[in-house]
Amino acid sequence: MTSLLVLVVIALVSIAIWQLTKIFDLTQVGSNVDNSQVANDNDNNVNGYLMFAFLIFIYLTTIFCVVEYGHFPLMSNSAAEHGAEVDRLMWISMILIFFVQTITQALLHYFSFKYRGKKGTTALYFADNNKLEMIWSIIPAITLAGLILYGLYAWTNIMFVDEENEDLLIVEVYAKQFGWEVRYAGDDNVLGKANVRYIEGINTLGVDAADPNAQDDIQANELHLPKGKKVMFKFRSQDVLHSAYMPHFRAQMNCVPGMVTQFAFTPNKTTEEMRNSKEMVEKVAEINRIRAEKSKALNAKGEEGLDPYTFDYLLLCNKICGSSHYNMQMKIVVSEPNEFKAWLKEKQTFGQVLKAQQQPVEVKQEVNDTLSTVVDTSSLAQVIR
Amino acid sequence: MSAHDHAHDHDHGHEHEHHHKDTFITKYIFSIDHKMIAKQYLITGLIMGIIGVGMSLLFRMQLAWPEESFQIFNILLGDNYAPNGVMRNDIYLALVTIHGTIMVFFVLTAGLSGTFSNLLIPLQIGARDMASGFLNMISYWLFFLSSVVMICSLFVESGPASAGWTIYPPLSALPQAIPGSGTGMTLWLVSMAIFIASSLMGSLNYVVTVINLRTKGMSMTRLPLTIWAFFITAIIGIVSFPVLLSAALLLIFDRSFGTSFFLSDIFIAGEVLHYQGGSPVLFEHLFWFLGHPEVYIVLLPALGITSEIIATNARKPIFGYRAMIASIIAIAFLSTIVWGHHMFISGMNPFLGSVFTFTTLLIAIPSAVKAFNYITTLWKGNLQLNPAMLFSIGLVSTFITGGLTGIILGDSTLDINVHDTYFVVAHFHLVMGISALYGMFAGIYHWYPRMFGRMLNKNLGYIHFWVTAVCAYGVFFPMHFIGMAGLPRRYYTNTAFPLFDDLQNVNVIITMFALIGGAFQLVFIWNFFHSMFYGKKAEMNPWRSNTLEWTAPVEHIHGNWPGALPEVHRWPYDYSKPGHDEDFVPQTVPMGKDEEQLHH
Repeated sequence: MTSLLVLVVIALVSIAIWQLTKIFDLTQVGSNVDNSQVANDNDNNVNGYLMFAFLIFIYLTTIFCVVEYGHFPLMSNSAAEHGAEVDRLMWISMILIFFVQTITQALLHYFSFKYRGKKGTTALYFADNNKLEMIWSIIPAITLAGLILYGLYAWTNIMFVDEENEDLLIVEVYAKQFGWEVRYAGDDNVLGKANVRYIEGINTLGVDAADPNAQDDIQANELHLPKGKKVMFKFRSQDVLHSAYMPHFRAQMNCVPGMVTQFAFTPNKTTEEMRNSKEMVEKVAEINRIRAEKSKALNAKGEEGLDPYTFDYLLLCNKICGSSHYNMQMKIVVSEPNEFKAWLKEKQTFGQVLKAQQQPVEVKQEVNDTLSTVVDTSSLAQVIR
Repeated sequence: MSAHDHAHDHDHGHEHEHHHKDTFITKYIFSIDHKMIAKQYLITGLIMGIIGVGMSLLFRMQLAWPEESFQIFNILLGDNYAPNGVMRNDIYLALVTIHGTIMVFFVLTAGLSGTFSNLLIPLQIGARDMASGFLNMISYWLFFLSSVVMICSLFVESGPASAGWTIYPPLSALPQAIPGSGTGMTLWLVSMAIFIASSLMGSLNYVVTVINLRTKGMSMTRLPLTIWAFFITAIIGIVSFPVLLSAALLLIFDRSFGTSFFLSDIFIAGEVLHYQGGSPVLFEHLFWFLGHPEVYIVLLPALGITSEIIATNARKPIFGYRAMIASIIAIAFLSTIVWGHHMFISGMNPFLGSVFTFTTLLIAIPSAVKAFNYITTLWKGNLQLNPAMLFSIGLVSTFITGGLTGIILGDSTLDINVHDTYFVVAHFHLVMGISALYGMFAGIYHWYPRMFGRMLNKNLGYIHFWVTAVCAYGVFFPMHFIGMAGLPRRYYTNTAFPLFDDLQNVNVIITMFALIGGAFQLVFIWNFFHSMFYGKKAEMNPWRSNTLEWTAPVEHIHGNWPGALPEVHRWPYDYSKPGHDEDFVPQTVPMGKDEEQLHH
């Protein structure tokens, strides 16, 4: 309702301004005021000053946003080892941007104000200056070269992982409309082969039951990670593109049906440590203040209030994937390595799950055998058709 | 003048009389006159613009007040999509998708480039018309047809396309994945295919016209920067649009004929589909091979328009004319080898990511040259702050603000964390959306007298500019911060994440600015249509400009100039040149005896 009121006010204000200009126009009819619709000295003056005012507006907006919203950005307190590097590069780029922005906007708007037109003045005929142009080609070139080098250095460190020689925990993150599942590689640290064509019943990830590497795989629907160990994520999707976005870890990778993508990082703050960090305590307090206010309003309407919020790391979908894209999330828990091991131990392996369903498994394996042939012929049939 | 030219002129005089007997249909509808076609483009583009901007206001309202219901949703979207005034999630995605499509292609490509390339290329190079008037007419009518198909797609039962304007498969290929990928998506693809045909015809025409039909004395280095921008834009269009067409065609094959170009190993709605061996990443490559140059197809004409308007209104030569041309060409070239920066985290080889980071950040150099040259052009000028000039200065401002954040997004390392968040939305809306819109507005205010023979009301223009300028910053500046906080774009509501609860009040502020800014566009629309009939009659050269279009009579005639074609003796930027009485020297004025020629 309040928003409707706001809309009405906006509409009324627009009408009022429109009417004002009409009146302004009408007063000019008949008088000897210049009606050429070309800017005269008065217009230049007014708009020149407005240009200067606009410069101040830009600065004030910037200051306001930094003060008021500056605590939002994920530019510090990262929860992954490579995050510090990313954040440093981000800060360098940001400071550079603010510096250039402040100066160029000042020049642009100040010149627009300072050199506003006046009858009788003449502009300077100044068409070219190679030296100046050299300066502002070379300075950006050098600055950018620095940024590019730093960026590429960081990128290489993050993206190129030596899978052979590094001690990695292999985890599959599996995306589907509209949820996530996880598969740990188990004791052998090798994921069993998988294809959506094997999906059946409890085998929701399409793991190949015949693959020996698959037997010790562990499926879960919460992502638990040990602190301090490098995790290699293997991403799959069963239907459309998704993007696995873990903002606190400065990590993101698309999940592409038909291929496996990967991203690796080392978590370096447990969920508990993150919750207790000063920044997070403040953020959560603010969020809970907002939620309490909302709850009050809801309770007044006779509806149930909102639960207070405790922080958890999240995996979000960040590639448009369908109607419920906005709510495709999974909790991530980072814990000490021993806690993580204990948690993992409680889970059944893929082999155990299959055994527990002994009867269906035998049938299923047959199905799997026939399935692969069936698939081939059907796709062949499609091609022929 | 040679005998040949005389004969040519004579022919035209004849044609001219003949055309006076034009019927309503040949004059206003199936016209082959470039000025009329320009107006057709502009008005179609404006109508599409109203629809596109209107959609954005609807989904902005949804984002600001996700739990409220609005009667206006129900009125505009119907009972099916907004029962009791609550917007449904699939129509939200459809609105986002169609808003993007309409603004990028229909408003800022066809509406901007189509209008001003058509209007200005023949007039500024001193040609009677486009190289092929007929092709030009077909080009417009295909654009019109594609607009109609796009609008029709809004009304199909399963809903309009809703896979985002980038229509990544498999989402766009499988109706099981989202309802909008049914008939709505088919119509979207058909509309785009027609649109691309239209755009190609237009572009070919522009290139041929600029190369062949320049009047006597109009060498390439005497061309106004507008023409340079249109010329290079047309070339980028010819290079990149066919690739989108191929992507669209392959997608149509995948959707309708069971091929697997982009699809593989899909399990959806409880069954495995037969697709095998394709890759959605291939589609992303094909799409962005157009998609990125498209940014410059949108932006370069706006920059060209701005160059012309800033020089004219600063009463100063544009600073660094040759550097401006060089940077247009450099930007155009680089734009075709940077598409991968949209795909850093798509799963392509990280080594490619490094390459694309390098080429992407290179674009900052010619862009910086352009920005600094604009600023230097203002220095010690005699600025006539007409509405067109304000929009041009506004363009430079948003081009800088939006362009700078490109340094972050173009850097693969930083892109990991802000990819597909509102940071991206803020960046590209400022650098290409708002900047190109400002360019379009600037162009309309500046050349309105040339198009309609009347002046736009300047006071309404000032109100329009200042409110738009404040609102544009009000909308997009705070948006960077919620993006840096990790808020993903294309979320129907953020209420599913308590983590983002503290960003909600920013969303409200953004929406307020958007609504005010949107409402004030009505001032412009009113000014535009009212002045068409009641505006003050324009003089021949109201802005005291040098370029050729202002030497043609105000009344539109076929062939543009009643007598012989004008002859060009100098570059277009002799403003405030010492030794002349006036502060402008039109291109048609012969060089004085001892006058120094800066560019030839």
